[in-house]
Amino acid sequence: MTDAVTAHNLGKSYPGGVRALDGLSLTVRAGEVFGLLGPNGAGKSTTVKILTTLARPDSGTATVAGHDVLRHPDRVRRAIGVVAQRSGLDPMASGRDNLALQGRLFGVRGRALRSRVDDLLERFDLTGAAGRVVRGWSGGMQRRLDVAMALVHRPEVLFLDEPTTGLDPEVRGAMWAEIGRLATEESMAILLTTHYLDEADRLAARLAIVDGGRIVAEGTPAELKGELRGDAVHLELAKAADEPRARQAIGTVTRLREVSFDGRLVSARADDGAAAVPAALAALESAGVGVATVTVARPSLDDVYLRHAGRRFAA
Amino acid sequence: MTTLVSHTFWMTNRRLKVLVKQPAFVLILLVQPAIWLFLFGNLFRRVVELPHFGAASYLDYLVPGVVVMTAVSSNMWAGMGMLEEIERGTMNRLLTTPVARSAIMNAAVVEQALSTTVQVVAIILLGLVAGAEYPGGPAGLTVLTLAAILLGTIFSALSNTIGMLARQRETIIGINSMLLLPLTFLSSAFMAETLMPEWMRTVAAANPVNWALDAARAAMSTDPDGETVLIRGGWLLAAAVAMLLLSTRTFRAYQKSV
Repeated sequence: MTDAVTAHNLGKSYPGGVRALDGLSLTVRAGEVFGLLGPNGAGKSTTVKILTTLARPDSGTATVAGHDVLRHPDRVRRAIGVVAQRSGLDPMASGRDNLALQGRLFGVRGRALRSRVDDLLERFDLTGAAGRVVRGWSGGMQRRLDVAMALVHRPEVLFLDEPTTGLDPEVRGAMWAEIGRLATEESMAILLTTHYLDEADRLAARLAIVDGGRIVAEGTPAELKGELRGDAVHLELAKAADEPRARQAIGTVTRLREVSFDGRLVSARADDGAAAVPAALAALESAGVGVATVTVARPSLDDVYLRHAGRRFAA
Repeated sequence: MTTLVSHTFWMTNRRLKVLVKQPAFVLILLVQPAIWLFLFGNLFRRVVELPHFGAASYLDYLVPGVVVMTAVSSNMWAGMGMLEEIERGTMNRLLTTPVARSAIMNAAVVEQALSTTVQVVAIILLGLVAGAEYPGGPAGLTVLTLAAILLGTIFSALSNTIGMLARQRETIIGINSMLLLPLTFLSSAFMAETLMPEWMRTVAAANPVNWALDAARAAMSTDPDGETVLIRGGWLLAAAVAMLLLSTRTFRAYQKSV
């Protein structure tokens, strides 16, 4: 079976010299949910724009559903569904009209179109509001309609560009459940971008961390977390000005390794976090450095990100 | 080709459904030309008394003038709608579907053409109520309407092109404020060409607004001049097609900047 998405060495700069992509390569296998994780400006959206034929790369090649995005953009467009960051619904049209038009643009018509529209409205719990103009809908309802629109022609590959950004936690949870359902019930590959670590951890079978326009790490969430040995120890200093003294003091604590400083935040790894914390606190105290908070945690994607991108994940 | 036609149809349908939900906007579309007809009709009523003006009633002379001015002034804002669609994300959504690129531009222009037609009919009827005479009859009025639609197409496609390339409302506002009055007054809209300074007549000859007026006046006169209608109409048509093609080409530039 062909891969759902392949991208090889994609490069793109925007006018003004901003280098958005710098040799990005990735593969999404058929039927899998692939997460692209990174902060704003890392190149996630540019990657999606290229793969969905909106933008052209300066260099590199890509295929979606087996079609070359540059040579056969029309075939790619027929095979994909896209949920973009900005929704793009017609605010003055009803939910049903929005869906029906989207279907018509893909050549779905007549009875098939009506039943598909009804099914999707039902499935996304929008039947009651279907006749009202979308402008008055809640953010969560609009987002569900976005996803329904992307599915109207039964795409082979679905792109979700930060699907839960701006949603409140409850709605986000419902969206996660829906995306999870899509992945298992439809034999569809999903490429998901997110800057939420927990979202990537929960939804993606495999994921890649993007930083500075390239992939810095790739694997299953478990593989990526497994690369990190032991517990993560995070300390927050009371005063940023204490950092030089804190560096010196922490340096003497042998139980901590891979120590990094980021303003008031100190991150390190330890085989036994519970034993390392008292030693670290004692060292800091004797150096006269106040500590605001201490946490010990099992490895998370946050730690994976820190390790590969060299700085804390600030979403 | 059938895809293009059906896509253009559905994209136009989408825009018209939005338009009819804004009755206040439709009302303004109709009131504005009425104001011009009233203002210019009263202000310039006596210019027909000037020697060599060549018309008996200023109102008769004014109707085509207000029609073309309306066609230019309402169509030149089309690019604002394009910008709104870009900002809202609708443009990107459409561009990731197999919709024909030219259908997006065509639909914007067809919607404009329909509202231009409604405006032209309203002006013709208002003129009639005020006592204007149309010696050219229905044929003359049809040419007037078609000329207004073609002229409108030139300016709505131009506006869409500017919107797609500049991606800024200010650019459209600036260009429109700069163009509307010179384009109107460098034509026979309100003043007979015979009374224009020589240099102005030269400039007017290259002004699409004046082509539309030449064609309309030639068809609306007591003794219609078919040749002028065809030649000026042909120029308008050629310019409209060229601008439409140019506006569709802007998707390439958009693809680079998005």
